[in-house]
Formats: sequence, structure tokens, C-alpha cells
Amino acid sequence: MASSDWPLWEVFVRSRAGLNHKHCGSLHAPDAEMAIQNARDVYTRRGEGVSIWVVKSSEITAADPDDKDQLYDPADTKVYRHPTFYTVPDEVDHL
Amino acid sequence: MSDATLDSKGGAGPAVADDPKRRAAFDARVAAEGKVEPRDWMPEQYRKTLIRQISQHAHSEYVGMLPEGNWVTRAPTLRRKAVLLAKIQDEAGHALYLYGAAETMGVSRAEMLDALHEGKAKYSSIFNYPTLTWADVAAIGWLVDGAAIVNQVALQRCSYGPYARAMVRICKEESFHQRQGYEAMMALAQGSPDQKKMAQDSLNRWWWPSLMMFGPSDRDSPHSAQNMAWKIKRESNDDLRQRFVDMTVPQADYLGLTMPDPDLKWNEERGHYDFGEIDWDEFWRVVKGNGVCNRERLQARRDAHDKGAWVREAAVAHAEKRAARSLAQAAE
Ligand SMILES: [Fe+2]
Ligand SMILES: [Fe+2]
Repeated sequence: MASSDWPLWEVFVRSRAGLNHKHCGSLHAPDAEMAIQNARDVYTRRGEGVSIWVVKSSEITAADPDDKDQLYDPADTKVYRHPTFYTVPDEVDHL
Repeated sequence: MSDATLDSKGGAGPAVADDPKRRAAFDARVAAEGKVEPRDWMPEQYRKTLIRQISQHAHSEYVGMLPEGNWVTRAPTLRRKAVLLAKIQDEAGHALYLYGAAETMGVSRAEMLDALHEGKAKYSSIFNYPTLTWADVAAIGWLVDGAAIVNQVALQRCSYGPYARAMVRICKEESFHQRQGYEAMMALAQGSPDQKKMAQDSLNRWWWPSLMMFGPSDRDSPHSAQNMAWKIKRESNDDLRQRFVDMTVPQADYLGLTMPDPDLKWNEERGHYDFGEIDWDEFWRVVKGNGVCNRERLQARRDAHDKGAWVREAAVAHAEKRAARSLAQAAE
């Protein structure tokens, strides 16, 4: 395995307890443990995180952006899924 | 920042030919400030331009470590040394974010580094000037990082998502770079007569090259119109340069230093500083590889890459050993 063959890892950082891990970038490393070490140096030099996940990029399955309309547009017509769709009297509280 | 695989592999991939219908939809989306993400269809020229621009930007961050690295062991105090190390480490990080962003467009980091090491890729000419005194380290932070910030703030609104996100992260980190430089310059400007002379000398040498960082004049930038339309470039070279001049002149005044430009003066009518003509011959000479340090920088990069080979090999050996061990444990 030459260094140019090092797999690419996607890096997810939890900025503080109580929040989601959030994708913040990627890096190359020979294995997961070194990917975490590198991610620490690359993405959390200023206390940006309290926890890191790394996932091999090749293990991620992503939806095809060309299917966007087919996948997400049907939700546009289902406005009754939002609370603002319903008319309720102003004088009634806690709705 | 990268999203790389999510992106470069398996997606629509590089378009074979530019499809006029998709091209029109793309142009309309970008014109409406829509962002482009790696797996989205994009015109081949858009991809090519961004690969060139992002990789050049990455190389600049990478090579940019060299002039400052020259002073790490000779920083005047432990505090300045710690600051300089932190700044240089940030620049390595910036290079990594940017190589990652470029990788989302389907080019590998190894290819980009090869192009750099073979002298086929460009990086910012500013790093082909020598750092002769400690004041140059201060001037780089103040002026070079200052100019880079002006440029990079505009690029935070670039239409290409991964590049724009990398810029946001980089801009957050850059502000300390500029401030530490100004602070170091102030220490010299307010120091002994010799120190003040050193500060002035350094400003004399770095001012014009800093102005050159914004690239050729708008009169001579052939690609600008398309790049502006695609929002790869958000503001013209001359507009960004003017902004830098306007913000930096008062900073020099405060230090009691003089800009090396007899034509520099406030223009009440324009509401901007007028300044003298850049020496474009020098600009093109350095771009074409004949600056003071072009050869030295490239050689230093190649040497660092070659001398670091054993570290990369050791990392691979370590990973393989660890993998074999966990395999053996699983078999028990
Ligand atoms: Fe930087
Ligand atoms: Fe910087």
C-alpha cells in the first residue's frame, strides 16, 4: 500500500456533548486509528470537538442527485404534515 | 473539506459532452445563488477551472509554510515561536482542507502533489520571495495573510460547496495569523531605531508583492467574465486589491511606517486610496518561475516529500501489522 493508496476517510465531529456528530471533511490515512489521530490534528486544533467518528468513504452509499425530484418532491404536496396547515382558534392555548 | 467519495465516485462523474439543456439549468441555478455539490452535473469547464483554482490554492498554503519555517528556530522569544508554529500548522491544515475539496472533483491528492513537485502546477508567487529578517515573518502575517483574508472572505460565497465550506473554516483560522503578524510588526515599529528600520525595510520589500497577490489587473484577466458568472470568482482582482489597500494603509499609519509608494494618497472623490502602478514585468517574471526563490521552494518541497517517505512507509507497515493482529485474534 503506497501512501497514494491510503483510503479516504470521512470525518464527523461532535462539537459538544448533546449535539450530533457533523460531517466536517475528509482525510487520507492507512487505517481507522490513524485516521482518528490525523482528524484530531486537522479538524480539532481549537476545541472544535469532543468526539470524532471516521468512516471509510468507500463504505458510504449516497443517493443519486439526479433522483432528487423523484425522491423529495412528493413531500412538497403534503402540506398537512406541517402544523401551520391547521386553523385553530387564537384564544385556545397550548396547541 | 471534502465529501470526497460521496462525490467523486459513483456519481454522475465527469460529463462527456456538455449537454445544452443541463448547462442552461446549471447556469440558472448558479445565477440564483444555488450551490453546486460534488455529485451534481456540472459543465466540464467549471470542473476544470475549479480543479485548477483549488489545487493552486492548496499548493499555496502548502508551499507557504516554507518562508516562515525558515524562522522557527530563530524566533526572538518562546512566545513568538509557539505562535509561529501554530500558524504554520494551520497552513498545513489549510492545504489539507483544500486538497480534500479538490479531490471531490475527481482528481487525487497524489496527482496534485506530483504536478506540484514536477513544477507543472502554480502556487502563489508571494512565497517565492525570501524571508531575510525576523520582520519579514511579521510582514507576512500582517500583509500576506491580510491579503489572503480579503481574497478568501470573498470566496466563502463561491458556488462550489466544498470550496466555500473550506473557505469558511480557513477564514476563521486566518484572523489570528494577521493579528499576530501585526502585533509582531508593532513590537518592532515601537522598538529601537534599528528595529524600526528593520520593520520599514520589510514593509518596503513586501508591500508590492502583497498587492500582486490579487493577480493581474482586470484589464488583463481573460477568464474573469465566465468565472464571475459561475460565481467561482466573486469579485474582481482590482476591487479586492483596492479593498486591501484601503484597509492596510491606516494600519501602516498607526505603526508610523511609510508605504513604499509615492503615488499613494487618499482620493476624497472616490472614497478610496489611489496607488501607483504595479511592476507587471516583475509580476510575470515571478509567475513564470524566475523569482528569487522559485527553485529553492520547489526543491525544499521535493526534499520534504522524499525525506518523509519513511514515515509514510512506517505508517503503512504499522497499519498492516495491526490488521494482521486483529485478524489473528478474531481467529482464536
Ligand atoms: Fe492559510
Ligand atoms: Fe494564514
